[in-house]
Amino acid sequence: MMKRCEALVIGGSAGSLDVLLKALPAMQGPLSFPIVIVVHRKHGTDSLLPDLLSSRTPMRVKEADEKEVLAAGTIYIAPSDYHLLIEQDRTFSLDYSEKVNYSRPSIDVTFQSAAEVYGDHLACLLLSGSNADGVNGLKTVKQLGGMVLIQDPATAQVAYMPAQAQLNVAIDKVLKAEEMGEFINLLSERRP
Amino acid sequence: MTLEGGLINEEQVEVLLSDLLERYGYDFTGYSRASIKRRIVRLYTLDRALSFSEFRYRINHDEAYFRRFVEQITVNVTEMFRDPDFFRRLREEVLPRLGTYPFIRIWLAGCSTGEEAYSIAILLKELNLLHKSLIYATDINPTVLERGEQGMFSLGYMRQYSENYILSGGTKDFSSYYTANYSLAKFDDELRRKLIFSTHNLVSDHSFNEFQLIMCRNVLIYFDRELQQKVLQLFDDSLEELGYLALGTKETISYAGFNNKYKRLGSEKIWRKLG
Repeated sequence: MMKRCEALVIGGSAGSLDVLLKALPAMQGPLSFPIVIVVHRKHGTDSLLPDLLSSRTPMRVKEADEKEVLAAGTIYIAPSDYHLLIEQDRTFSLDYSEKVNYSRPSIDVTFQSAAEVYGDHLACLLLSGSNADGVNGLKTVKQLGGMVLIQDPATAQVAYMPAQAQLNVAIDKVLKAEEMGEFINLLSERRP
Repeated sequence: MTLEGGLINEEQVEVLLSDLLERYGYDFTGYSRASIKRRIVRLYTLDRALSFSEFRYRINHDEAYFRRFVEQITVNVTEMFRDPDFFRRLREEVLPRLGTYPFIRIWLAGCSTGEEAYSIAILLKELNLLHKSLIYATDINPTVLERGEQGMFSLGYMRQYSENYILSGGTKDFSSYYTANYSLAKFDDELRRKLIFSTHNLVSDHSFNEFQLIMCRNVLIYFDRELQQKVLQLFDDSLEELGYLALGTKETISYAGFNNKYKRLGSEKIWRKLG
């Protein structure tokens, strides 16, 4: 188990929404760290996802704004069509540069950026998906001492993404959707 | 491509940024670090730099490479009619109102290769306003402006641009605005004649005219708050009363000191300066 989790970043593509909808209600907020969610989706469907996710949790769910300070207990969604980065002062930056792995937002970009800021106080979770976005990011996370989690490929709607991670990175923990909430609760510090 | 963590560290980024300032007078110190660092690491990997000192030496002593460096660390991704709802608002509300002026001056700051400049020119033409308009399209990079001057974009993008155009309320045949030439679409000279491409550095250059519409989309996201405020002030100083300021989808003027002098148009990132 890690010393102190200061941020959790979750990446997912095809088949990841159901997992999020299942995992969120099992989380007992407020968590002692922020959660950042990067999912591939079609441009122009911005407001739907935060609304949908926020119906499943009492935690605050919002789209990440540029320069916004990451706050514990809040769930941030990467806006569509921008890469989402994290600055050393733990604020968000947005970036409209070239797609990475045919994706913007790219999971790799946020994983890598978070790893450089949070180092061994970061946990990253890669869910179901049909391309390998996120795998390189997990490598960086691992390299810098962070915790690497994936959805169990056997239970993923589209196994490719977590399976690629498993082939390329030493995974700390493989989780089924119904185990994720509880695992995330354990990462959170419980104050008496 | 793998962007290895730790290939270039925070201090090295600062070293490069201060080199650029001291040696070339380009001030990137107000840029958000995460994005610029990612761009620097990307270029470092792309150009297979042998070491940081070799990379740094090249930037400082090879002027052609310095230009490549500046072009590569700034983001030049753009599209025609990106965010169709935004362009619809320009077409239906903003530009027709500007049409009541005898002469229309528009500033596109951070125009990159000019796709938005041509988009605006098409709107003006369809509204019968192009003959009395001038669009000043500026960017920090001379290289991207040269491409804008040529008005040639990859033919492969035209399908997407045509879709955007239709979604933004366009009713003409989009392909009537360009001629296909091998893999390129060359846009009509009639549009091109109303565009003035010129270098302008938002960090260090001053206001150069008064405009009725200033558009600067997805540029401020790369700046820190202080620089954002400075640039917004520059826009305010360059905008006529009752003129319009248009920003990117995720940008705002809400933290600028002059916020209360402006009124927002619906849900779009367009603000009108009050009289």
